[in-house]
Amino acid sequence: MQAHNELPPDEAPHGLPQRDAVGGYDDAARDDAGPLVRPYVIAQGRDHADTVQLDMISVVIAAKRAEVDEMALEPEQVRILELCRRPQSVAEVSAHLDIPVAVVKVLLSDLLNRGLALARAPYTAKSPVSRDVLQAVLDGIQRL
Amino acid sequence: MASNDSDDTQAPVPAALKILVAGGFGAGKTTLVGSVSEITPLSTEEVMTEASYGIDDLSGVESKTTTTVALDFGRITINSGLVLYLFGTPGQERFWFMWEELSEGALGAVVIADTRRLETCFASVDFFERRGVPFVVAVNCFEGAHTYSPEEVREALSLNPAVPVVLCDARERASAKNVLVTLVNRLVEQTAA
Repeated sequence: MQAHNELPPDEAPHGLPQRDAVGGYDDAARDDAGPLVRPYVIAQGRDHADTVQLDMISVVIAAKRAEVDEMALEPEQVRILELCRRPQSVAEVSAHLDIPVAVVKVLLSDLLNRGLALARAPYTAKSPVSRDVLQAVLDGIQRL
Repeated sequence: MASNDSDDTQAPVPAALKILVAGGFGAGKTTLVGSVSEITPLSTEEVMTEASYGIDDLSGVESKTTTTVALDFGRITINSGLVLYLFGTPGQERFWFMWEELSEGALGAVVIADTRRLETCFASVDFFERRGVPFVVAVNCFEGAHTYSPEEVREALSLNPAVPVVLCDARERASAKNVLVTLVNRLVEQTAA
């Protein structure tokens, strides 16, 4: 019980500090904040042929039959292709190769445009997860 | 390096899902992720500029304050077409901009409550409540800490009655599993409704 930030016992007669609920339980407060879109997202959302929208958990796999000209690639891109012989998320690529996520996205984007890798976007709010998928997740967790 | 490359067919790319694990510093986020992850939790670091996060061009940032945000995450392969990632979210308020990105498309969240300093999870509860991200509260039972009942924690957090509160030991796989099952069960029920 030596945690810092702790209230002295005499100031916390009931033990637990009390949180004030915010926004009630309705949905009204949810959308009021407006879109939080950062500049680079906007740029990528445009119809540029050379940019690909990648998420932290977009899953990437190296294209199997692609002819890879390693001389035309950055050394990091060659490492990414090696790592992605098995499906990996952008976050995993970043962690395994110790390259920041933002840089991984740029390198991958290039690989995708060259047809050397394939990516699959994760589920988003716009593609709600079906009950079958949720049930599969539940079964998968229970098998652990 | 060759994996299962015996034939030429392109293997389908699995789709990913994510669940967030939030809570105050030291509440047991990475411990819980590690208990259920099939890989040792990985850490990815993002270098951000304090002044203008989200800028792709990092040239000329030398004059700005940069901060490194570490994200720990684990992985559970559900089946050949589905991978679940568990992300421990940075607890400090100044990293909320990352929560926005992280919470986008998240299935749901686990808020780990440490009853020795319950107030450190208030921000997480506020955030998921505001964003409408379904969550469960997992009360991590630390040795030597006074144990509160789920009801006491629920009351202190002013939780919606629909939000499950479970006791857990983040170090135990069975216990961490139970937390995730509680969350996903709730999601299944919501989808059915």
